[in-house]
Amino acid sequence: MTAQLSASVAGLGFWSPALPSWPIARDVLLGSAAPPAAPPARVAARLLAPTERRRASDTIAVALEVAASACEMAKMDPRSLPSIFASTHGDLPINDYMCSTLASTPLLCSPTKFHNSVHNAASGYWTIGTGCVKQSTALTAWTYTFANGLLEALVQAVADDTPVLFVAYDVAARGPLVAISPSAGLLAAALILDPRRRAQDLRPRLSCRIEGEPQIGAPPPVPPQWADILPDNAMRQCLPLFCALARSADSTLLLGLSTGCRLAVAVKGAAAAGHDE
Amino acid sequence: MTPLAVTAFTATSAVGSGNDAHAQALASGRGGLRRNDFTSHELQTWIGRVEGIEALRLPTQLAGCDCRNNRLAWQGLQQDGFRDAVRRSIARHGATRVALVLGTSTSSIGATEEAYARLGADGQFPADMRRPEIHTPHSLGHFVAQALGIAGPCVTVATACSSSAKVFAQAERLIRLGLVDAAVVGGVDTLCGSALFGFNSLELISREPCRPFDQARSGISLGEAAGYVLLERSGDAQAWFVGHGESSDAYHMSSPHPQGLGARLALQDALARAAIAPGDIQYINLHGTASQKNDEVEAALIAEIFPPEVAASSTKGWTGHTLGAAGIIEAVICLLSMRHALRPGTLNTTSLDAHCGPQIRIHTEHSPVSTALTQSFGFGGNNCVLVFASSARA
Repeated sequence: MTAQLSASVAGLGFWSPALPSWPIARDVLLGSAAPPAAPPARVAARLLAPTERRRASDTIAVALEVAASACEMAKMDPRSLPSIFASTHGDLPINDYMCSTLASTPLLCSPTKFHNSVHNAASGYWTIGTGCVKQSTALTAWTYTFANGLLEALVQAVADDTPVLFVAYDVAARGPLVAISPSAGLLAAALILDPRRRAQDLRPRLSCRIEGEPQIGAPPPVPPQWADILPDNAMRQCLPLFCALARSADSTLLLGLSTGCRLAVAVKGAAAAGHDE
Repeated sequence: MTPLAVTAFTATSAVGSGNDAHAQALASGRGGLRRNDFTSHELQTWIGRVEGIEALRLPTQLAGCDCRNNRLAWQGLQQDGFRDAVRRSIARHGATRVALVLGTSTSSIGATEEAYARLGADGQFPADMRRPEIHTPHSLGHFVAQALGIAGPCVTVATACSSSAKVFAQAERLIRLGLVDAAVVGGVDTLCGSALFGFNSLELISREPCRPFDQARSGISLGEAAGYVLLERSGDAQAWFVGHGESSDAYHMSSPHPQGLGARLALQDALARAAIAPGDIQYINLHGTASQKNDEVEAALIAEIFPPEVAASSTKGWTGHTLGAAGIIEAVICLLSMRHALRPGTLNTTSLDAHCGPQIRIHTEHSPVSTALTQSFGFGGNNCVLVFASSARA
């Protein structure tokens, strides 16, 4: 049995300092625009109230930014979407803070930092910020995080016949974690996956199945338009799929799910990606 | 939903290793909490610490993953013939047709804490701790996949205290859609500084053994645990997984919705998927952390939705709050309630809060259970409810 999962890409979000939106990232990849001359210093995190914005870490800000952008592009109400948040390492700067504090003055641990240290912090802030009571999850599979998040997003979409929000992100390591859990800069990407077909559906469509073989060889190289300006972030795992979505050609990607199996992702009709229907 | 067969299950916590230790502790009222002897900085509280983890050694081929959390994961895998059951399942379906979906809150962050406490003069981790595989939150899934020889999708769910409940829902979808034929679900969380001093900073830690739903409750007792369930489309079922419900509170990062909005939605979703009414349940294992807010909101919800004859309790007085492992441990307690005709009470509690209805029981009762339900709620307002039944038709 090789069950296949299919869904249309109804919305995309992308954020890294050098490419601070999906339209910019797509146009830079296609050579139709240059990267912005002055990258933004911080993520806007427009969803958060000012007090929350001060308390929210980069992890939360960047995840919420791409999630909100993807919902806007899809013209979907965030409250209607179950969500899947995937991060290789979680909030490394908070881990650095927690572990440093515990080693010296554990009784002075910050309660806000502690409740923001959970792997589902971005998921929590997203559902609180949007008023969404749908299910939300947060997961990791280390170097296989993006593929496992994509699989769970497609599975939720197809199993319950509903559009879902998938957000993948990592932030920069700090302190001694730089040498152990390497990740630089900020990189986040989001997809709204809609299993329902529309009449004359121009949206790109993903069809995925699990293959019982390990990922073979290195993932496809990221073109220099992106590779040269994006940070060496742990969520570079997401770039092959977003490259395929930016380009017009149909393609098939093989993404490792574990040491023993992989996700075969067929991308069809990518011509419409990022364009209004 | 189409019920899934529970073909093997096991639990290890402060009350002991394996199912029989849990059934006996629940029946006899023997709890596992002790005064905190875990942290090097003094912290006045009680903890559910698993015996013998310090002396445990992992097999050589898994030694790179050595840390407290993976040792506890390994200890849990040795109980109740669980590894043999997984081996048979892999032989039946193929290693790539079995998924591994595990939950944890802190994974092996305790190892990262230890590395920070022993940084070298260069500010870097000591040589013996320079093992990236134990400093990733996926440390747990990575380790257990190797230990069991599972080659299907392998993922670690980390939604705080609902983590190892949500793994059941994720696995059910994978099996329903034909992506795999079986899944090992479960969760492991170990005591660590982050959890103990973190909950202390939120003023949620009790100075005495936790007393869920007691009018004089004073907060939570933390614990550690490992538990696993093997779910299969069909097979030699010991019980059935018949329903799940998930939701978000959309209210606050560390405080429940005051009217239990998310909990109610998850509960309704689970009952609908199981196609049962509240009165069809005999035993409910509550989240019941003994925090002021959780117990107040949860007690009111139970009093409103369930008829008086349904028995409900929190078993955290036995195990402590095992965070990311709470979902799986309390799922296993539901399975044991059916196996042993046991409706556990609420250990350490003497006088119930005024919000409690007649459903919430202090004393353990010996009475058959054919359908049991468990609730898990996590930071971020993340809720999950599971339903188990002794037959495929609840």
